[in-house]
Amino acid sequence: MYHRDPQQLVGVVGLEIHAQISSNTKLFSGSSVQFLAPPNSLVSFFDASLPGTLPVLNRRCVEAAVMTGLALNCTINRRSLFDRKHYFYADLPAGYQITQQRRPVAVDGMLTYSVLGGKKRNQVIRKNVHIKQIQLEQDSGKSLHDDVHSQTLIDLNRAGVGLMELVMEPDMSCGEEAAAAVRELQLILQALGTCQGNMSEGQLRVDANVSVHKPGEPLGIRTEVKNINSIRYLARAIDFEIQRQTDVVQRGGTVQNETRAYDSKSGETVAMRDKEGLQDYRFMPEPNLPPLIVFEDNASLPAGIDACQAVVVQTIKEGLPELPSIKRDRLVQLYGILPEHSFTLVNEDGLMEYFEEVMKSTKREPRKVIGWVTNELLGLLKQQELSVSQSPVVPAALAELLELQEAGHISSSVSKQVFQEMWRSPGRTAAQIIREQDLGLVSDAAELHRICQKVVDSHPEEVCAIRSGNKKVLNKLMGLVQKETKGRADPVLVREILEEKTS
Amino acid sequence: MLKVSAFHALRSVSLESIGISFALLTNNVYSVSTKRCRLRGLQSRTLDVIRLFSSNQHNPKVPKVPTWESVAEEQLPPPTKIPVDLVDKLERLALVDFRTKQGLECLEKAIRFADQLHVVDTSGVEPMDSVLEDRALYLRDDTVTEGDCAEELLKLSKNTVEEYFVAPPGNIPLPKREERAAILRHSEF
Repeated sequence: MYHRDPQQLVGVVGLEIHAQISSNTKLFSGSSVQFLAPPNSLVSFFDASLPGTLPVLNRRCVEAAVMTGLALNCTINRRSLFDRKHYFYADLPAGYQITQQRRPVAVDGMLTYSVLGGKKRNQVIRKNVHIKQIQLEQDSGKSLHDDVHSQTLIDLNRAGVGLMELVMEPDMSCGEEAAAAVRELQLILQALGTCQGNMSEGQLRVDANVSVHKPGEPLGIRTEVKNINSIRYLARAIDFEIQRQTDVVQRGGTVQNETRAYDSKSGETVAMRDKEGLQDYRFMPEPNLPPLIVFEDNASLPAGIDACQAVVVQTIKEGLPELPSIKRDRLVQLYGILPEHSFTLVNEDGLMEYFEEVMKSTKREPRKVIGWVTNELLGLLKQQELSVSQSPVVPAALAELLELQEAGHISSSVSKQVFQEMWRSPGRTAAQIIREQDLGLVSDAAELHRICQKVVDSHPEEVCAIRSGNKKVLNKLMGLVQKETKGRADPVLVREILEEKTS
Repeated sequence: MLKVSAFHALRSVSLESIGISFALLTNNVYSVSTKRCRLRGLQSRTLDVIRLFSSNQHNPKVPKVPTWESVAEEQLPPPTKIPVDLVDKLERLALVDFRTKQGLECLEKAIRFADQLHVVDTSGVEPMDSVLEDRALYLRDDTVTEGDCAEELLKLSKNTVEEYFVAPPGNIPLPKREERAAILRHSEF
């Protein structure tokens, strides 16, 4: 989004992301982490904040935070501290949340993401978002509001689950950028295995801080937008809020510093009630936890330390899996496809695997195959809101179709037809459909000669034009031949024959 | 001198058997008149036990007389005045009740007492959070070892609905000062 007019207000967007750590147990207790379970069945005495209980840090959560920090090019703090953030709410049994406000485990990173821009939206534009910090903290329980009986039901299963809070600097300017950044983060976290990133299940929660200002001037008052449950809603909520604030400012009003909730039904943000002014969390050091130390490498380990008591950054770095950006580069290198194609492949769940599966069973060039996967296949999937794994056409079937086309049994326009047919009736192979509907290429020379002759004879003006130098008219004749043959004529042969006949 | 020998004597011998009447002058708690010594043996035996738990000899690390000196007023920073809205804010954030003027004065005295720390020169010293901060933080394995005690936990709550804890619909605003005073008028504090 470029605003040439310097007087035009632009949006400023910063994201606060809470990623639920994928682990067996909670951050400070040994109770299980599961999405659906009977209420309060995954709660230990510590999670319920019963007196006399103490937090015991889960090593897996530390490793997850370090891994995520490394993948996002952060500096890992060798020594980080835990603090208490106090506020009262029924789903926070202790009355405080253990977090890392003063010195978190990772700081100062960068998330690189891409948006598709340019006139045809096929140019890959790389952008960066600065990550201020990544900190470990506890999740709260879940409140279910029962308005009928004017009460709230509390389920503490989620209380104490480990979260990584990623704080991003306000480097983005619109919903599209935020959505792309979050998508990239999702892919990274999923590749690392540190978070499953499912927004609808609450594994990845995004709050947006939005303000508007004129470029060059100080930042405007920001509002916090919450209750965003998908990447699509994220983009919409941010764009709505930017527009709302722009309208307020242009009318001469002032934007209130408040928290707003996104209502997906109306597509609008609404002010949240029950916000008692600026919160004072009275941060204090967590007295029950000494500082968290992570070690640079094996050489820096103190003598006699138990291996399971040490988190070693070097070891984790060496064990990092292939990140999405590397994956994209590898696909471009390996298959010679364009960056925007590899972007699409990695962006859609399972599409890259589908493509590679097809490539295994066909001898066609990747550049010829990629179009089928990113256009034909993906187009139909999107239209019918299916995931790649739900595709009625499996990679092997598509490969077969492409082989038939390559071998000259069908023309390219017919192959698209066949694909549609395969989609409609899964289980029927390309070969079957071609046979049944008699879509095979007509390569019978005699037959083709006959049809071409017929066309040539009935269009003397065109033949004259071609003979006097206007070669383009040949295409018209070709079109007529294809019409006769219902698109089944081998175009290469037809062209040869027509050229011969009109020379 | 007499006092010291009396302490020694009390190690294993009951007051009665000594037959000496004296007053223990450490502090009010231990001051005992002769009359009391002759009371039932139980009481003196109790006293005996208390004495047994204290150091046998005078611990050399403990000064015999108090050694602290009050810090001069001039050395302290200006006294902190706590504005009324700060009191209200603290009462709301921490759910404590300063109740009366006396409570506030108590707070101010406590702050004054802590102000003495400002006399200490901490330049170049790394701040400390806790005396245990150089201990290793224990890291637990990621295996399930607890939970599955919903019934036990729910028993602790007066109000439950189908395995959920019940809470009011949102935070109840703190009652106003006058209302609180009425609610708490029978409180012993």
